Amino acid sequence: MADNVTPRVRVPRDATAGETITIKTLISHPMESGQRKDGDGNTIPRSIINRFTCEFNGEMVIDVTLEPAISTNPFVEFEAVVPESGSFVFTWYDDDGDVYTETKEIAVS
Amino acid sequence: MKTKLLATASICAALTVPFGTVMADEDANLIIDGEIEITVRAPAPDHLENLDEIFSGWVYRATETQALQADDFENPGMIFVDSGHDLWNTVEGEAGESCASCHGDAEEMAGVAATYPKWNDATEEVRTISMQINACRTEQMGAEEWNLDKSELLNMTALLASVSRGMPVNVAIDGPAQATWEMGRDLYYTRTGQLDLSCANCHEDNYGNNIRADHLSQGQINGFPTYRLKNARLNGVHSRFRGCVRDTRAETYSVGSPEFVALELYVMSRGNGLSIEGPSVRN
Repeated sequence: MADNVTPRVRVPRDATAGETITIKTLISHPMESGQRKDGDGNTIPRSIINRFTCEFNGEMVIDVTLEPAISTNPFVEFEAVVPESGSFVFTWYDDDGDVYTETKEIAVS
Repeated sequence: MKTKLLATASICAALTVPFGTVMADEDANLIIDGEIEITVRAPAPDHLENLDEIFSGWVYRATETQALQADDFENPGMIFVDSGHDLWNTVEGEAGESCASCHGDAEEMAGVAATYPKWNDATEEVRTISMQINACRTEQMGAEEWNLDKSELLNMTALLASVSRGMPVNVAIDGPAQATWEMGRDLYYTRTGQLDLSCANCHEDNYGNNIRADHLSQGQINGFPTYRLKNARLNGVHSRFRGCVRDTRAETYSVGSPEFVALELYVMSRGNGLSIEGPSVRN
């Protein structure tokens, strides 16, 4: 179980229809690779976020597979075209089965 | 002498554009989130005889690293400030108090980080902000001390620094703190280790020059605690001192030792006039 996992997202509050917006996401997570050993020589078990998705009004915007070499506190920035008002749902999937979600509304004029 | 050398160097950089573009942008200014203006260049304080102008370490970093600090969302150090906020409101110890029960919102502490290390009348010693936090924990809260330069204490100092961002560093070096300050100054100019280097050899005589593939800064500590890209976490001042002294191939003083407290006071006073920046982003 990873401690202190907090998702953070930045989405503009409003946009014009068809505009390309930049979305920034960050989740605090140790991203333990499973390659390291502790002081006694035992392997530290892998514990990473292995998948990140973003949906807009039920439609998949981006679906990312994250690998063990990705650094701690993974930061994902991407662009999206917004045709209408609605909500972005961000989901992170942890190796230990936990799922973290965050929702952001955007008003399109 | 030093400024002449630097001025010549900057003219050369301006004339040879391709070379200039790979170097850090040394004329850039730092404004965080379009709101907090950070003073990254200032006239040297009066006690500094060998420098005319002081620069934040931010000035010497690559453009991409500089940009990380201009946006709180992209600044990885702000994650630790959030953890600091949680700690601020956590009740711990026998007295059943949190930081917030006495001090209110963390924002009430604006300006505090700019005055530490500071003389404490009751204990007749110079205290760093970390020592003051631990004193609060043991005396007011009845809680255990946090380990110096470890996660909780760094998160708390990052929180206290973040609410003071933009305010000028202003540590007192006269009065009762003077003896400690002089001890710190002596340490700063004392050569140590097999390489026989003092702090000043790098950070006063050679700032702006390359040390292997990196630019030497003036060694200012207005941006601490610092998020370093090399270890992806916050770093405390004393741990950084240890790293520097170790690199001269000397036996180092320990974190929290009287020597490093004195050195912290002296080095902080060299930055009187620069803004508090913590948590800053560096290599």
